[in-house]
Amino acid sequence: MSGLVREVAVVAFAQTVHTGHDTGLAEPELLLPVIDEVKRATGLKRFGFTCSGSCDYLAGAPFSFVSALDAVGAWPPISESHVEMDGAFALYEAWVRLQHGDIDTALVYGFGKSSMSDIREIMTLQLDPYYLAPLGLDQVSYAALQAAAAGAERAVLDEIVRRSRADGRANPYALDLPDPSGEEFEVEPLRPYDVAPVTDGAAAVVLAAGDRARELAGRPAWITGIAHRAEPHYLGMRDLSRSVSTADAGRAAGVGKGPVDVAELHTQFSHEEPILREALGLSADVTVNPSGGPLAANPVMAAGLIRVGEAARRILDGSAGRAVAHATSGPCLQQNLVAVLETSA
Amino acid sequence: MSEDLVATHVLEFPGGYTRTTGPVIGRFLTELRDRRLVGVRTAGGRVLVPPLEYDPDTGEPVTEEYVEVGPAGTVQAWAWVGSPRPGHPLDRPFAWALISLDGADTALVHAVDAGSPKALRPGMRVRPRWRAATTGHITDIECFLPEVASLVAPVRAEYRVTPGRALTRFLEGVRDGRFVGGRCAGCAAVYVPYRESCPACGSVVEEEVEVADTGTVTTFAINNLPDPRAPEVPFVSAYVLLDGADTPMITLIGGVPAHEVRQGMRVHAVWVPPEERTLSMTNVKWFEPTGEPDADLDDSTGGAR
Repeated sequence: MSGLVREVAVVAFAQTVHTGHDTGLAEPELLLPVIDEVKRATGLKRFGFTCSGSCDYLAGAPFSFVSALDAVGAWPPISESHVEMDGAFALYEAWVRLQHGDIDTALVYGFGKSSMSDIREIMTLQLDPYYLAPLGLDQVSYAALQAAAAGAERAVLDEIVRRSRADGRANPYALDLPDPSGEEFEVEPLRPYDVAPVTDGAAAVVLAAGDRARELAGRPAWITGIAHRAEPHYLGMRDLSRSVSTADAGRAAGVGKGPVDVAELHTQFSHEEPILREALGLSADVTVNPSGGPLAANPVMAAGLIRVGEAARRILDGSAGRAVAHATSGPCLQQNLVAVLETSA
Repeated sequence: MSEDLVATHVLEFPGGYTRTTGPVIGRFLTELRDRRLVGVRTAGGRVLVPPLEYDPDTGEPVTEEYVEVGPAGTVQAWAWVGSPRPGHPLDRPFAWALISLDGADTALVHAVDAGSPKALRPGMRVRPRWRAATTGHITDIECFLPEVASLVAPVRAEYRVTPGRALTRFLEGVRDGRFVGGRCAGCAAVYVPYRESCPACGSVVEEEVEVADTGTVTTFAINNLPDPRAPEVPFVSAYVLLDGADTPMITLIGGVPAHEVRQGMRVHAVWVPPEERTLSMTNVKWFEPTGEPDADLDDSTGGAR
């Protein structure tokens, strides 16, 4: 990134042990332990800026994100913002806010309980109200249209799910899902296991700038590039077999400027992995979603932030030198965020 | 968590949420109400269907030129819904499809009532099925239907048939429990059933001969599809060369498992009781094995000399 950009790093990351069912915790109760964990990891009690990502339609209650602030502690008044998107996009806002130079730390979190409703139907409500939503086009149906347009090979998809679920079983925070099996279709060409599981969970990340980051973490995960790009909303206006916006965001974030050790991709459907790999120019030897990815745990509105957190964790613990994180929003990968995290700024 | 502390919560705008369309989407929906499909032209010349207010490529406002498109279009990609959900446009299995309407540069998302996923293929031509009452809504098109590419044509005609003189003579024999053949005066071949001329040498057949109701299987087929003339499935139909005949006769083989039937097997006719016999081949229930050793089959037993 240009020298005008202030150096910002992920210095802490925490996530819940995600569940495939409602454990009976309200959102602030789900969130409290992860906020607490990143506070303890950094020793910070207050942050220069707080930004969250969530979706009120998951709980069906307007301004439900406000009650989540109970888990943060907002008195005396804090500087706070929210995006009605995945927490990864809140992280982008916090990164921009840190560029102002007047604050050095930011708390970012995302949370979602998709067990409370039928996520397939809830996601219909994000579609344009004139041409798509009135058709009752549900999330799995439009994803299947993309899988069909991309001509995804069954054997490739099966292997992606098998690998993701095996990695998920090794990840204490992800769900314990069996190897994929069964010949039935959910919406052809997608099988039920090609669809990310219903998941409740939350995650939090602390960003810090410059020397403050070096004080708070031994090996800060420096965000050396971050960008997001959007495509037309209407599915028939774009080439669904590719993700042009991911490719653009990846170029802007500088993915191709060096070797990639690991990539965490926000793949809510198996066929999205080959599309994203191609868009980001990731060669076959790049490890994708060693955490299991969303196919092993998909707490909606936190899953994208978790991709950033999982990528950062591998820099923070020294197991990777350069990692890529991807998050998406909208139908069929409409909007995509790409971040590059490295050991040195 | 106590099961008692779970409640149902509904988020709903009773009667629906009123949205204004603006001029561009409004034009599309108005035309739709009149059962016309229109796109809007961009400054760059592309035709967007359904119309948007801005060119997604450039962000520029679109022109005010509306272009009638379709109503036919081409399926670009589809996803098959085997189990429709309550909110879906059809209550039977259907496809979601990206449909490139004729004259449009973009694709419309809609449902295709194709009956079966096997009926779909890339490039398939479809046309809208309009709802009886249109209101200016994307669902004024109930769904798209495949263009007519085939139809079912009923074919039926009735005839009065008679067997002819020679076959009548043969069936009279069958009624009496005998197989009547005819020997050719020219080449001496014995034809069963009886016939009045020799198809080989063209001579008139004048000599009537009775052949045995025993014979040898020359070839056979195992049938796995039911047939009203066969007692069971699988059944075996075979050519049987009756002793004394030079041409084989097609018949059923019974009284033996299908897989045991073989070329050279010796068989005999099983006749229905005399009081049930008519002028019909149904007098022969089938042929079944005699238990004799298999006969040698050589070229001379396969047909007329």
